[in-house]
Amino acid sequence: MVDALISHYNYWLIIILMMLGLYIVVSRGNLVKKIVGLNIFQTSVFILYISLGKVSGGTAPILTGKPETFSNPLPHVLILTAIVVGIATTALGLALVVRIRESYGTIEEDDILIAERSQEVSEPNGGTV
Amino acid sequence: MRHHLVLRVVAKMLIPFILLFGLYVQFHGDFGPGGGFQAGVIFAAAFILYALVFGDDQARKVVPDKALILLVPLGLLIYALTGFAGILLGGKFLDYDVLSSDPTHGQHLGILIIELGVGITVAAVMISIFRAYAGRTKAIDKEDW
Amino acid sequence: MTAPIDMVLIVDLVLLTLLCLTAVAIMLVRHLFAVVALTGAFSLLSAGLLVTLDAVDVAFTEAAVGAGISTVLMLGTLALTRRREARVPKLSPAGLIIIFMTGATLIYATPDMPKFGAADSPGLTHIVPGYIEGSEKDIAVPNIVTSILASYRGYDTLGEVAVIFTAGMGVIILLGRRREEEYGYSEESAAFPLRPEDSSDDPNKDKS
Repeated sequence: MVDALISHYNYWLIIILMMLGLYIVVSRGNLVKKIVGLNIFQTSVFILYISLGKVSGGTAPILTGKPETFSNPLPHVLILTAIVVGIATTALGLALVVRIRESYGTIEEDDILIAERSQEVSEPNGGTV
Repeated sequence: MRHHLVLRVVAKMLIPFILLFGLYVQFHGDFGPGGGFQAGVIFAAAFILYALVFGDDQARKVVPDKALILLVPLGLLIYALTGFAGILLGGKFLDYDVLSSDPTHGQHLGILIIELGVGITVAAVMISIFRAYAGRTKAIDKEDW
Repeated sequence: MTAPIDMVLIVDLVLLTLLCLTAVAIMLVRHLFAVVALTGAFSLLSAGLLVTLDAVDVAFTEAAVGAGISTVLMLGTLALTRRREARVPKLSPAGLIIIFMTGATLIYATPDMPKFGAADSPGLTHIVPGYIEGSEKDIAVPNIVTSILASYRGYDTLGEVAVIFTAGMGVIILLGRRREEEYGYSEESAAFPLRPEDSSDDPNKDKS
């Protein structure tokens, strides 16, 4: 048990970080806070994948002419792509939040649901989204 | 920002170095950490700093909207055309070996060109996104903060 | 345990603890400007953690993108929307159940994963030695991450640039500024004003 703890401790800490991010997405009603929580979730997933590729005693995967062990470069490539896709999603999500604010006058989820259900949208741009 | 003299002077001194660092990261991605994405973001950060300190209108004169709209798809086009150049020269899609007489040199050439394409598109997209937000912002009164 | 693992372990633990504390602070703070600043700090700490995990390219990108661009975009959004979270956050039992179940399932799966720092994990021995050797001999590019990104997995990178392009187009379409001289109308005469009105943007008036 202690052996499993020492060899897997970092996965558990990262999973705790992931769950914190997920809780922010699920429980908070403010849309900007939700996007921030999603960012935390994404970043902790990246850290999980990179920590899977770490080799103890290894070094950054850049050839220097001396023979040495390298950490696994393949997760780095995948996560590089994932970071960039994550910022694209965040930018689009925040743009949608701005448009929602202009349409409904609020960015709280509960108020938006009330406004939608009662069919009266309290903002100047009536009807156009 | 007219009365923030220190900000304006320091920004004017720093922006050339930021651009230079962006170029360095772009072209030394083969030899150290770096590459197209990081360079594109650093490039965009220099222009965003300029727009923050000197105002959106001035920034639009320096980098016109039409130029940005042309640059955004240009990088993607460069990347795709390099892939098709591989087909035209007898290899497969995105095969860099056939781009030059020596396969290793062909690989270097291919990697250089596509990283350039990536850097151009990322920089242009980041500047455009910032401009889209900044173009809609109303002036904030001091009490609101 | 040899000395290098001890140092990596300590630095890892310290940075991960700081990350968890920052995440808890982001959850509890209601002033969104402070939340954005904390997000920048979160990105910086995770970039430091990535450096200790030998991922220098990824740390570079995370620091530039997370602490740079992402902070600027969130501040731009805050300037166009509210600056405070309206409701006092309270504990949500459904949320807690979801995260406990998900977290328990993930932790249940971790003993099957390779040990932290293992040199014989299947992900490392399957195809990566071929990439490392090819990067040295065929491509002659010292940065292995660049050679995989641009040459061995070049097709994925093409798709990624297409994603960036699409996101840029999406934001420009959603928020692009409409100019009076091009479209022939000005803000005052427009039927639907293009800017959010000021009256509902009073940060002192909380909607409870």
